[in-house]
Amino acid sequence: MRDSKPILLLEDDTVDAMTVKRALKDLNITNPLVRTGNGEEGLAYLRDENNARPCVILLDLNMPKMNGIEFLRVVKADDKLKRIPAIVLTTSKDDQDRVQTFQLNVAGFIVKPVDYMKFVDAMKIVNLYWTLSELPNSDQETANAKLETDSACRG
Amino acid sequence: MRSSKPILLVEDDNIDAMTVRRAMKDLQVPNPLVHQINGEEALKYLRSNLDRLPCVILLDLNMPKMNGVEFLKAVKSDAELRQIPVVVLTTSKEDRDKVETFQFSIAGYIVKPADYSRFVEAMRTLDLYWSLSELPAYCS
Repeated sequence: MRDSKPILLLEDDTVDAMTVKRALKDLNITNPLVRTGNGEEGLAYLRDENNARPCVILLDLNMPKMNGIEFLRVVKADDKLKRIPAIVLTTSKDDQDRVQTFQLNVAGFIVKPVDYMKFVDAMKIVNLYWTLSELPNSDQETANAKLETDSACRG
Repeated sequence: MRSSKPILLVEDDNIDAMTVRRAMKDLQVPNPLVHQINGEEALKYLRSNLDRLPCVILLDLNMPKMNGVEFLKAVKSDAELRQIPVVVLTTSKEDRDKVETFQFSIAGYIVKPADYSRFVEAMRTLDLYWSLSELPAYCS
């Protein structure tokens, strides 16, 4: 990834979460991986100001308590959180999921390949793309401060 | 890309638009490229092609009439258009532009490398990612 901020993974399945961790390690991706088990825990992580803001969110859809779509609804309505790119990582090929998540402005929708090597290739492309792309968090505080000063100046 | 739907490029500079076209040709990206010269023209195009929306929008920021941020405001508040992934493609490294555009949940922000072969590499990564990723349901 372009910055060293954590990657936030929302995934209820421990084995799937371990596969992501292993793929990141195999690809020498050094960003810390923070895993939460559902949307509710994901939100709690994001809203705790002591936690580092993630550079991207990898989001499973089918989770207990608060699923991926419910999570997206909350995050994309929150001015402080909506800018973080959220990438769906799921086994669902359901059309309805694609419709709903793209309406909520996800930054990618990746159907997890079952084969581990193919999964690593997919993660490699995700990492390439988000290393090429700028991220919203870099110098975020400075930029926000600047925006505020600018609008104050415009009065 | 994962779909054969057009890619919409919103770019006021004709030379820059030709460079994108050339890179796509060099990479053998088969999607048709539709070029509109500012946000206003691009919105008009989208609203008269609702049955053939692009799979991805590549968006320049500094344009006359309606710039990239104004275009994003309009697209992301339109129920039919908001689902289209928008990737910013610009020379601006301004933090302010990044903060403002990510606030509209863009699907990437690429600072155009000036060197052509590096630009092709950037477009290759973009094509790889949007071939791996699913696209909104209307694209299939």
